[in-house]
Amino acid sequence: MDRQPSPAIDTQDLNLWYGTFQALFDVNLKIKSGLITSLIGPSGCGKTTFLRCINRINERLGYVRTTGSIEVLGHDIYAPEVELIQVRKLVGMVFQRPNPLPLSIRENILFGFRTHNAGKKITKSDEDQIVEDALKRVLLWDTVSSRLHHSATHLSLEEQQKLCIARLLPVKPAVLLMDEPCSALDPRATEAVEELIWELRGDFTILIVTHNMAQARRASDECIFMLLGKVIEHGLTEDVFISPEHKETADYIEGRYG
Amino acid sequence: MMIGTNRPQSIDPAKLDRRDAAWLVDKLVQVVVFIGGISGIIFIIGIFVFVTSEGIGFLTSTFKFTEFFGSIQWRPTSNNPTYGILALIAGTASVTGLAMILAVPFSIGAAIFIAEFASGKVREALKILVELLAAIPSVVWGFIGLSIMNPLIIETFGVPIGLNVLNSGVILGLMAAPIMTTIAEDALKAVPDTYREAAEAMGATRWQVVFRVVLPAAKNGLVAAILLGVGRGFGETMAVLMASGHSINLPTSVFDSVRALTATIAAELGETAVGSEHYQVLFTLGILLFLVTFVINLTADLIVKGVRKK
Repeated sequence: MDRQPSPAIDTQDLNLWYGTFQALFDVNLKIKSGLITSLIGPSGCGKTTFLRCINRINERLGYVRTTGSIEVLGHDIYAPEVELIQVRKLVGMVFQRPNPLPLSIRENILFGFRTHNAGKKITKSDEDQIVEDALKRVLLWDTVSSRLHHSATHLSLEEQQKLCIARLLPVKPAVLLMDEPCSALDPRATEAVEELIWELRGDFTILIVTHNMAQARRASDECIFMLLGKVIEHGLTEDVFISPEHKETADYIEGRYG
Repeated sequence: MMIGTNRPQSIDPAKLDRRDAAWLVDKLVQVVVFIGGISGIIFIIGIFVFVTSEGIGFLTSTFKFTEFFGSIQWRPTSNNPTYGILALIAGTASVTGLAMILAVPFSIGAAIFIAEFASGKVREALKILVELLAAIPSVVWGFIGLSIMNPLIIETFGVPIGLNVLNSGVILGLMAAPIMTTIAEDALKAVPDTYREAAEAMGATRWQVVFRVVLPAAKNGLVAAILLGVGRGFGETMAVLMASGHSINLPTSVFDSVRALTATIAAELGETAVGSEHYQVLFTLGILLFLVTFVINLTADLIVKGVRKK
């Protein structure tokens, strides 16, 4: 047997319904630890829905029903005894539109950390260190260190999105979910955020939904192609792009639909 | 029919400069809407001018600032009349203050529940009920104060009279709560859902989302809601007149009877001779009430505008 490291995310027969509409069909995926995996496919194919299952943020809607299982680092996150707060500590999420909270930059970074360390005494210098580390990690420290108490909503979109990544880091998640993290950004900012994502590779398992074929190609190790709620193809990014196994994948990559 | 031979023309070029019925209707509606729009401004200026012109005679003759605001001697019908409104201000302030102490937590709580926790039918039912509560005439509230609260307070606390600050404060609180709830709920609804989603994705519970994200984000709107509630309480007349006991008094406890500014005008204006000094003083009270409510509402409005600008 190969010495395969256990996958970071392992889904088994995952089905999902929005009310009576089925959005995911028997999704079985093993997503490798420490790599960047991109999810591609035409609009409405279920890639964002799948992403949003992995930290259970889908459940906000109330009319969502799922069957099957998702294991993150070997823990079934849909098990009845699991607490949502633990799932969200393990799995951080970056949204399509940068959504910093209407608080200061510093408070944004500390929000998740405080949520997960409620009741513990944390000194101000510890907090300062956490803020500095997180902002340095996303290459934002130099630009914002002098205005940590300013509102985060006044930053540029690129800075906001980097902040949204930075604020996940203090709780040390294993998985980062990114839902088209660059689609609201201009090309230069996209490049900067992509570089940052590549920079985080190895320390986190990153799952990134993208509409941008070129982005998937240049900025991911593995690639998953979905269509109408089903996984069509999952492989190394270069294989998927150069020699796809399925005709649908080839057609999509060549731009025949989507 | 000459289908296909001529390109169909939507308008005859010769008709372009002619004004047809639609043009007329359009103009007419514009004029009507414009009149409706500016009438609000005209009325408010008109009311202010009227109240001021009726009260100005007193202000320019016998008005003494220190006596007016500093004395509790309100003796308009004495042979040697004095017009001190300190006790009336204290009456209004104590009743409104107690009403706010009671109503603010309830209204903000109700708004949080409706906006953040209730869903579907519960939310709709609650919203309708709150609006219904706002539609109860103030004389009905006053009636409740007189006939239900009054004996209840006498019995429960063993005090000789139940028409007092407590009674009118509770009644006024109940009256102000619906409007505050509605406006506070609007303020909470205006907080973008992306904030809630972001906070929940970081592991915050719904209470944490409300306390750490939604309330701070909606704070201006909530302050405006409270201010409008204060304005509502300040200007309320009938219920306060009926439930406060209407006796001139600097209250030292919630069981003291008081008299409010508004109630004084309502009770005394009918008995004064038009143009007499007493009549003019009552209109001066009107000016004061007008200015205070105007400032409160303007402040609330500016605070809400401040929210939008951000």
